[in-house]
Amino acid sequence: MDASVKRESLEAMRVFDLASTPLRELNSALHAIAPGTNDTNFEVVNPRGSHAVAVGIDQPVTVNVRGSVGYYCAGMNDGGTVTVHGSAGPGVAENMMSGTVVIEGDASQYAGATGRGGLLVIKGNAASRCGISMKGIDIVVHGSIGHMSAFMGQSGHLVVLGDAGDALGDSLYEAKLFVRGSVKSLGADCIEKEMRPEHLKKLAELLDRAGVKNVRPEEFKRYGSARKLYNFNIDNADAY
Amino acid sequence: MTYHNPFTPPRKSATFDDFTLAEIRRAAATGIYDIRGAGTKRKVPHFDDLLFLGASISRYPLEGYREKCDTSVVLGTRYAKKPIHLKIPITIAGMSFGALSGPAKEALGRGATISGTSTTTGDGGMTDEERGHSETLVYQYLPSRYGMNPKDLRRADAIEVVVGQGAKPGGGGMLLGQKISDRVANMRNLPKGIDQRSACRHPDWTGPDDLEIKIMELREITDWEKPIYVKVGGARPYYDTALAVKAGADVVVLDGMQGGTAATQDVFIENVGMPTLACIRPAVQALQDLGMHRKVQLIVSGGIRSGADTAKALALGADAVAIGTAALVAIGDNDPKWEDEYRKLGTTAGAYDDWHEGKDPAGITTQDPELMQRVDPVAAGRRLANYLKVMTLEAQTIARACGKNHLHNLEPEDLCALTMEAAAMAQVPLAGTSWYPGKGGF
Ligand SMILES: Cc1cc2nc3c(=O)[nH]c(=O)nc-3n(C[C@H](O)[C@H](O)[C@H](O)COP(=O)(O)O)c2cc1C
Repeated sequence: MDASVKRESLEAMRVFDLASTPLRELNSALHAIAPGTNDTNFEVVNPRGSHAVAVGIDQPVTVNVRGSVGYYCAGMNDGGTVTVHGSAGPGVAENMMSGTVVIEGDASQYAGATGRGGLLVIKGNAASRCGISMKGIDIVVHGSIGHMSAFMGQSGHLVVLGDAGDALGDSLYEAKLFVRGSVKSLGADCIEKEMRPEHLKKLAELLDRAGVKNVRPEEFKRYGSARKLYNFNIDNADAY
Repeated sequence: MTYHNPFTPPRKSATFDDFTLAEIRRAAATGIYDIRGAGTKRKVPHFDDLLFLGASISRYPLEGYREKCDTSVVLGTRYAKKPIHLKIPITIAGMSFGALSGPAKEALGRGATISGTSTTTGDGGMTDEERGHSETLVYQYLPSRYGMNPKDLRRADAIEVVVGQGAKPGGGGMLLGQKISDRVANMRNLPKGIDQRSACRHPDWTGPDDLEIKIMELREITDWEKPIYVKVGGARPYYDTALAVKAGADVVVLDGMQGGTAATQDVFIENVGMPTLACIRPAVQALQDLGMHRKVQLIVSGGIRSGADTAKALALGADAVAIGTAALVAIGDNDPKWEDEYRKLGTTAGAYDDWHEGKDPAGITTQDPELMQRVDPVAAGRRLANYLKVMTLEAQTIARACGKNHLHNLEPEDLCALTMEAAAMAQVPLAGTSWYPGKGGF
């Protein structure tokens, strides 16, 4: 890179060192951005497992977090691009509305919980309850996911390149689940479903957006709701 | 000698009374438990079992209509940059759009706004009408997270993290398919016509340590402006209050077992949770033990009907009360003018509680476009404001008689109890004695 260009991009980038700067300053700076400004490049160093890093973003900013974060990183993100160059604690990108969140390492439980839009990419593994109560978010996990993932998932897509733990998709509504490896067990009302051309197409698009190479959509199986628990029926009570 | 057996009237069992027998037959016929709205219908110790002492030689009263008796309350003074200022200590409890019709929600907002108090969203999110018609609106953060989004968080005046409800501590909810209109389905990201479960636990936190981080996240998202309430059902009020305070709540909302619900199993409503009366003193004790009484505000709900109930809750240490059922009645719920239609539904005005079925003749607990036309939001809002005014005047009348120039100056010493149970629960002396159960000196 040309030296002058490099200096320019460094100047445009705002660095927050959480070892010396309170978290409040970072989040309020993120919230203070007016629509249409250029000053949208943020770098967070020494996150040291802080909670609620880069939450409530509502502008198309770019945030690079150099290290691992605690709970609820990028919570309720609406339009930002947040990359964690480390691992993330529980509830990363919870209730995301739009934008992109990428975790280079692993994610703890409840990743993408209740997310309503946007894309969450986890390059490592995700723990239990990944995509719990998801409401439109797309989640791509390069590794494996833990038990009770996509519990009560309402809509959106969960793509897993590795394996899924116990009770995948328990009490699922209309979220669509794609798993390439093994599924330890399916939860109540979750079944394997036919992979139709439209699913392969969507899967290819999601893999592409998540930076996945050399993996074909045909390698996945699709899981979804049997829709038997949609309206209460006493004869299904044993399913609970 | 002929023996003549004198007539003895048929005797019904107290244990197997008519209602119990009918319930057994209903269960046998249908194979499904009863789901209904409203709160417990059994009699439990309540505010009716307490009386105010009034002023006498040792205390002097304030002049009615002349000397001021302040009713204002500020909520969220602990951390929030923008605490809520209310003119009266009676708020409107969270009731969901979905359970209630749009016009009913609008009426609640209008009535609360005229009265200078707040109203609260519910399971199902915030509607523009509700935001528009409520000067002060509390936005509920529920386990289901239906409709949850950061824009609504920011346009709310306070945030209420709902852990539980008095009608069903430990239970989730269910909005049955017949009440899911296109709009309700859309707000909840679910297909139309299917039953919508509301989870009983939050999806992304468990326990008080997580809750502390969750509250911190919500504060960060909203730049520490909004008061954050934590609502719990009346189960273990001492510990729940202490843990909510520890987790960083600005306000604790405590809902006793009489609290209403939109739809829950009857067995749950009638058998789980503690009466409102029994919840207040332990919660206040927790606040006092932590040095937080009046710093973290306490809102009490569950069966509040009048200014007397309000005054009693405040005398026991609450900062404010919330009403659900009473507000619905004020805007027209269970009105005898629809008696013919209640009869057709196999019930009678005053007993109608099948709110989950969406056939409410009063147009309140329904999504049926024709039925909901029956609620005129302006007139109904006016009725709610009238009712809140009466409640406030009643509470002031009592407070003045006790010599108090602010409702918050009411204290347990102003009360006595009519029953041993109420004396024990409220920790105020049994009338005519200086003793209550649990107090030494027997
Ligand atoms: C129709 C209806 C719907 C309700 N919906 C909710 C809700 O969405 N969230 C919640 O926390 N409580 C809900 N509640 C409970 C109220 O917020 C409140 O705790 C209760 O009604 C207070 O008791 P009261 O009805 O005796 O005044 C609902 C109550 C009713 C009657």
